[in-house]
Amino acid sequence: MTDRDHRETLTDALDGTCTDGGTPTPFETVSQVTETREDKFRNVYDTYVRAPLSIVWGDWRARIGFAIILCYLLMGTVGTVVIEPTAPAEGPALAQPFETMDYPLGTTDMGRDLFSQVVHSTQEMLKMITAGALFSVTLGTVVGAVAGYKGGWVDTVLSAITDVFINIPGFPLVMVLVAIFEMGENPYMIGILLSVASWSGLARAIRSQVLTLRHESFVESARTMGLPTHVIVSKEIVPPLLPYIVINLTNAARRVIFEAAALYYLGILPFEDLNWGVTLQLAYEAEAHARPQALHWFLVPMAAITGISIGLILLGQSLDRVFNPRVRARHEKTTADDDTLEATTH
Amino acid sequence: MVFNNWRIRRVGQAVFTVWAVLTLSFALVRLMPGNPMGAMLVQLEQSGMNPARARELVEARLSVRPDEPIPIAYVNYLTSTVQGDLGQSIASGEPVANEIAQALPWTLFVMSWSLCITFILGVVVGALMAYWEGGRLDVGLTSWAILMGSIPFYVLAFLLLIFLSYRFGWFPAGGKYVAGTEPGFNLPFISGVVYHAILPVISMLVASGVASLGMRGNSIRVLGSDYLRVARLRGLSDLTISSQYVARNAILPMYTTLLISIGEMFGGSVVLEQVFQYKGLGYYLYRAVNIRDYPRMMGGFMVITIAVVIALFIADMTYSMIDPRAGGSSNESY
Repeated sequence: MTDRDHRETLTDALDGTCTDGGTPTPFETVSQVTETREDKFRNVYDTYVRAPLSIVWGDWRARIGFAIILCYLLMGTVGTVVIEPTAPAEGPALAQPFETMDYPLGTTDMGRDLFSQVVHSTQEMLKMITAGALFSVTLGTVVGAVAGYKGGWVDTVLSAITDVFINIPGFPLVMVLVAIFEMGENPYMIGILLSVASWSGLARAIRSQVLTLRHESFVESARTMGLPTHVIVSKEIVPPLLPYIVINLTNAARRVIFEAAALYYLGILPFEDLNWGVTLQLAYEAEAHARPQALHWFLVPMAAITGISIGLILLGQSLDRVFNPRVRARHEKTTADDDTLEATTH
Repeated sequence: MVFNNWRIRRVGQAVFTVWAVLTLSFALVRLMPGNPMGAMLVQLEQSGMNPARARELVEARLSVRPDEPIPIAYVNYLTSTVQGDLGQSIASGEPVANEIAQALPWTLFVMSWSLCITFILGVVVGALMAYWEGGRLDVGLTSWAILMGSIPFYVLAFLLLIFLSYRFGWFPAGGKYVAGTEPGFNLPFISGVVYHAILPVISMLVASGVASLGMRGNSIRVLGSDYLRVARLRGLSDLTISSQYVARNAILPMYTTLLISIGEMFGGSVVLEQVFQYKGLGYYLYRAVNIRDYPRMMGGFMVITIAVVIALFIADMTYSMIDPRAGGSSNESY
């Protein structure tokens, strides 16, 4: 329903189409335009799916980002079925990359296919990323939003906890925890463990944004209506911050990959199957960095880590463009031609 | 008055954090199932030591007495840790505090240089990108920044190690100073130290990619604001506008980025120092975790955390000097 329809309905109501002979008030009027479930669905689809997607499609960075992430997703799902897992001595030792089609990325000194290793590591990595990113972003948002909105002692307590976690360097903490608890190999658990301290930065950022939101009139009116706190936080406070939160998902995901690979590389996390970090560790132990003919053994896992990270960062950047009206404001004034697409879709 | 209050609160917060970390360490060592204390006891008893002797050794090394009731053990642990007693290493038998005191300066040296250069590079590159926004320089630098931001620092470290030290032999592949030079204020030693620190510091500069993108966004935002147009109308010189109006307002939000990266950088030192075999605190912690030397592990973790607490404290204090708005916020309860 557009704004104009809305106003017309309202004026109709005020003009007095009341049937029971009482004083006409807008509160008793039933809307003349009924919004079916289909309309509702279409509205939601238009604002949240179609518009952002078409903006994203106009940005080359976003296209590349989406393509890269899609590649990794395919690798983690279809790839593990299509590509055979690798076994020691299945090929010649240290075959160079791009020589034969059998071993497109070369082999290790045990003759294991590196391409297959990369593909079969992806699924586990994606699980870790999903669990870790969702965990840290959810916790950060909830803590930050509640602390910022509630104020008073709730804020004091939550902020104190947040500050403690901001001060603890995450990586050493995770190392110590892994050493003491002897983690299993469940990738979801590892992802969550890796994010055990990283939610705090987001919590602080969200809190400071909520501090400016809590005095906005729509929040004040919600409070006056007596809505319970959890409804106000989830329905009024969090939605305006969603863009920021979504962008932070990509950052959190990158952090999980970096830390997971580093922990596997250091040999601190237990492992059964090979993954990018373990491949790095094996390459380092075999002194692949000092041997020119083994260089690809090092470069392949590094490229896998960097690749998904580039995909995520491009995605984050383009989401920033989609959501952030402040970054866009100046563009729209100076380079109107360039951004007509954005202007029309919104 | 508010200002002073805020500072006092900030000191209190730092102390609280240190206390929380000490308590966390105690809880990990003492309370958790499979805790280091129990693990150490089992380890020693399995190696054929009689239980009484094993208990004594655990007590000496971890400075936690297995028989003590928990509240008393907790108080003792806090007091001994505050006095600088971090227990003794299982591997070497040396006091952990002494070992850490030798390793820590190297890490601080590399980290402080990395932080400074990252920050300056981020600000300068970001400002350049914003100034020539949309131009070729901007596109080039933005791509560079995205690439830098996508590479984990240890990947850059590997690349530097493989090419600059193993292939071309320009830089040493490990160590902290030139063997044979006498530690102290003499030129060969100091230049050796700088020479060995170059690759680790460069590896950490990947963080400047994200920082410069942040600076770019901030500057563009400031450049588009109304008060800047007013400043131009008032006929202020370009220099005044760029340094007082644009730079100052654009750099302020960067401070938060810097704060977050302090913790990440210190944490990253574990991997960095392992790659370069640079024997600072991070390497120490890595070795400790690998051989499960619990006193070293907990000591290293505590010291690295306290280093971050102090760094953040200093950063916050200086921030309140540049930004007069810091600290004052409404805390009305709903």
